[in-house]
Amino acid sequence: MSYIEFLKEYGPRFWDGTLVTAGQFFLASALAIVIALIAGLMKLSRNGLIRGIAVVYIEIFRGTSLLVQLYWIFFVLPLFGLTLPKFTAGFVAVGMNLGAYGAELVRGGIQSVPKGQWEAAYALSMSPMRRMWRIILPQAFVNMLPPWGNLLIELLKNTALVALISVSDLMFEAKQINGSTFLSAQTFGTALIIYYVFARFIVTPFMRWLELVMRRKLGRA
Amino acid sequence: MMEDLSNYPLELTGDNVPMVRFLKVTKRYGDLVVLDQLDLDVAEGEMVTIIGPSGSGKTTVLRMLMTLETINEGVIYVDGKPLTHMEKNGKLVPADRKYLRKARSQIGMCFQHFNLFPHMTALENCMEGPVQVLGMKKAEARERAEELLELVGMSDKRDQHPSRLSGGQQQRVAIARALAMRPKVMLFDEVTSALDPEVIGEVTNVIRSLVEKHNLTMLMVTHQMGFAKDISDRVCFFFDGKIEEQGAPEDLFGNPQKERTQQFLSAVKEAD
Ligand SMILES: Nc1ncnc2c1ncn2[C@@H]1O[C@H](COP(=O)(O)OP(=O)(O)O)[C@@H](O)[C@H]1O
Ligand SMILES: [Mg+2]
Repeated sequence: MSYIEFLKEYGPRFWDGTLVTAGQFFLASALAIVIALIAGLMKLSRNGLIRGIAVVYIEIFRGTSLLVQLYWIFFVLPLFGLTLPKFTAGFVAVGMNLGAYGAELVRGGIQSVPKGQWEAAYALSMSPMRRMWRIILPQAFVNMLPPWGNLLIELLKNTALVALISVSDLMFEAKQINGSTFLSAQTFGTALIIYYVFARFIVTPFMRWLELVMRRKLGRA
Repeated sequence: MMEDLSNYPLELTGDNVPMVRFLKVTKRYGDLVVLDQLDLDVAEGEMVTIIGPSGSGKTTVLRMLMTLETINEGVIYVDGKPLTHMEKNGKLVPADRKYLRKARSQIGMCFQHFNLFPHMTALENCMEGPVQVLGMKKAEARERAEELLELVGMSDKRDQHPSRLSGGQQQRVAIARALAMRPKVMLFDEVTSALDPEVIGEVTNVIRSLVEKHNLTMLMVTHQMGFAKDISDRVCFFFDGKIEEQGAPEDLFGNPQKERTQQFLSAVKEAD
C-alpha cells in the first residue's frame, strides 16, 4: 500500500482523531488558564490559608505524574461518587496539571510588573481588585505570553495521554490503525506530523500574533 | 502594642485649620528612624518645598501623606480630618483599608519615574481614575481629561501611548492624571530628576502655572534650588528626618541660619 493509498483509507480517521485532540487542547487550555489565574493570584494573597491552598495544589499537580492524575480522575474519583465521561476526564486532568505550571507563570508575570505601577494605581485610590484587573494583569499578561506559548505546546503534547483512557483522540486512532494495519511507520509518522503542524503552524503563530497585538496595545511594537 | 493616641484630636477645629498637618509623626524601618516626631503644617493653597540631602526623609514625607507607607507614631490630618487614622468609639485607631482609600483620594501624587500606565493612551491614563474610582461617565471623564491635557500642553499627544512620549511629556501627562482626581493636595517627588536637562523646563512651567492660576495645596521635593526659590511659599530644609530649618525662600536661601543649611546650600551651589 502506497502512502497515498494509506492516507485515502485512513485519512478520515486521522481527521476525526485530530478534531478530538483539538477539542481536548482547547478545553484543557481554557481550564488551565482559568486555574493558573486563580491559583497564581491565590499564591500572592496576604492570607496564609489562601496561599497555602494554592501551594498545595501546585505542589500536587506539578510533583506527580500527569498519567497518574488522569487515572485518578477517571478511575478513582468514581469510587468517591464522581464519575466523569472519559472526554471530560481527559481535558480536566490535562487542564488541571498544566494549570499548576501556569500558576507559576501568572505569579511571576504579576511580580514582574514594576512597583511604580502598583503605587500609581494606589495613588489614584483604585481598589485592590480594580488595580489588579485594570492595571497589573494587562501588563503581566504581555510579559507572560512567551512562556505561555511554550506551556500550551507542552499541553498539546500531553493531551496524547488521554488515549490511555480511550478518548478517541489522534493518538488513540493512530494506535487503532496501527493495530489493524501494522504500518507503524506510516501511522505514527502521520500522527507525528499532525502534532507538529498543530503546534508549529497553529499554536505558535497564534501566540506570536497575540503577543504582537498586546505589544501594540502597550505601544511597544 | 497599640500606641496611645488619646493626646491627638479626633479632628482639627478652629480658625486656622491647615490643609495638611503632620503631628509628631515617626516613621521607622526596623531600627532606622527615618522621620523623627515630625511636625509639619501646610496651609490651604500653600506651596511648600522640601529640600535636603539624600536619605534625609524627603520622599518618605510625601509617601506617608499618600499613605503608601504605614505610620509608626503620630497622626497625619488632611483638611482637619485624620488621614492615617479613623475614629472608633470616640478614639483614634489606625485607618482600615476602606477608610484609607477614601481618605487618600484627597491626595494626588507625581512620581520621579512618572509611572504612567503603559497599556493606556495619555487620554486613557487621565480617564482611568475618574471613571474607575469616581464612577464618572466616560464622556464627562473624557472632557475633564482633555481639559487637563490642554492645561499641561499635551492635547496633541492624547492618543499616544507613554512609550511614544518623551520623559517630559510623560511627566506632564502624569500631572494631568493626578489632577483629574481633583485632589486637595498635590505631591511632587523629584518630578524632574529623571528628565534630560532640556525638557525640565516644560515640567516646571506646568507646576509654575498651577501655582499661579490654581489654589492647590502642594508639597514638592526637588533638587532644583532656583525653581524652589521662585515658586515656593515656604521651603523646608530636611536633615536626618527632621526639619532643620524652614522659612520663606528668600530667607532660607538668602540668609540661612543653621550651619547645616549653609553647608548644604553651598555644596549644592558648587555642584551646579
Ligand atoms: N522601604 C524601605 N526600607 C528600608 N529603608 C528605607 C525604605 N525606604 C526608605 N528607606 C530609608 O529611609 C531613609 C529616607 O529615605 P527617603 O525618604 O527616600 O530619603 P530622601 O527622599 O530624602 O532621599 C533612607 O535612609 C532610606 O534608605
Ligand atoms: Mg527621595
